[in-house]
Amino acid sequence: MGMATTKSEFHVLAVDDSIIDRKLIERLLKTASYQVTTVDSGSKALEFLGFCQDVESNSNEPSISPNNQQEVEVNLIITDYCMPEMTGYDLLKKIKESSSFRDIPVVIMSSENVPSRISRCLEEGAEEFFLKPVRLADVNKLKPHMMKTKNRDCQKAEQEEVSSQEKIVPPEVQSSEPPQPDDSNNTKRKSTEVEEEVSQDRTRRRYNGLTVI
Amino acid sequence: MAAVIQLQRQLLDYTTSLYNEAYLDGQFTQLQQLQDESNPDFVVEVVSLFFEDSQRLLDDLTATLNQQVVDFKRVDAHVHQLKGSSSSIGAQRVQRACIVFRNYCEQQNTEGCLKCLQQVKNEYYLVKNKLETLFKLEQQLVAAGGSIPMQ
Repeated sequence: MGMATTKSEFHVLAVDDSIIDRKLIERLLKTASYQVTTVDSGSKALEFLGFCQDVESNSNEPSISPNNQQEVEVNLIITDYCMPEMTGYDLLKKIKESSSFRDIPVVIMSSENVPSRISRCLEEGAEEFFLKPVRLADVNKLKPHMMKTKNRDCQKAEQEEVSSQEKIVPPEVQSSEPPQPDDSNNTKRKSTEVEEEVSQDRTRRRYNGLTVI
Repeated sequence: MAAVIQLQRQLLDYTTSLYNEAYLDGQFTQLQQLQDESNPDFVVEVVSLFFEDSQRLLDDLTATLNQQVVDFKRVDAHVHQLKGSSSSIGAQRVQRACIVFRNYCEQQNTEGCLKCLQQVKNEYYLVKNKLETLFKLEQQLVAAGGSIPMQ
């Protein structure tokens, strides 16, 4: 697994309920040489990721994956904000609350320029907020976010080889997360609880990736 | 060859008029730029999706606004979608009409909404007609052995 990655190795999951916008974002991303998968709802995005939740929405559908682990490598999720049922914000929250998926960068798109909405998404951990219609210039901003994750994965791999007991989350990740003064204790506790899980998932996923490629 | 040159000029003039009369904006140019040899029909495909989607939304809006009790939430959601898709293909007059429409929707003004619906329909059929003419000109040009100039 070389560090020098070409663009086409990046796989972007695009989520939009509008077929026109799906077509457009797919074309934009492909023009920028990314691999693209498009889905029309947040729940389908989660399904594609292999995000498994024993509750509600998924219960009446056959579950694709029995494990809450990433089946196909997704390097970035770009989602529309305004969608029926699960909004882009809801999807973002689910991703960022998940120990297995929180490292995937999420970018939100919206046709409305509502500052409170933008800051809410950024606080929740979105990397970027694009105003629609999205243009090639916007899509070109995605690469650094994907590089960050790739590099982080590689660093992690090295760390885990040396010692699996080492801290999983590198410091720069923690500082990029928004401060949550109200329930910071809660959040901290949660993140330590899931750490072990994370390292196992990560290891498995990497090997999966290796065998696939 | 003369036919090709004439058609090319005609296409160029027509396209220019669509921008000048604000039927289309720069987003349509973006769409054209995304079209290449590997995707020669991209613009027509996206615009066809826009036609299908808009027709569905306009039909639903007409039905919803003619109910005894108007479900303004539904109306607003549909106008929002139409505003989004028209902006995605660069049909700016439709998009602008949708913005006005949403204001009346917020005020729950049925009469205003019905007027706006008519306005949106007018703009939609106008731009649909214009785009169909544009595509026909492009087809004629290609049939005559010319290639579509890229913006």
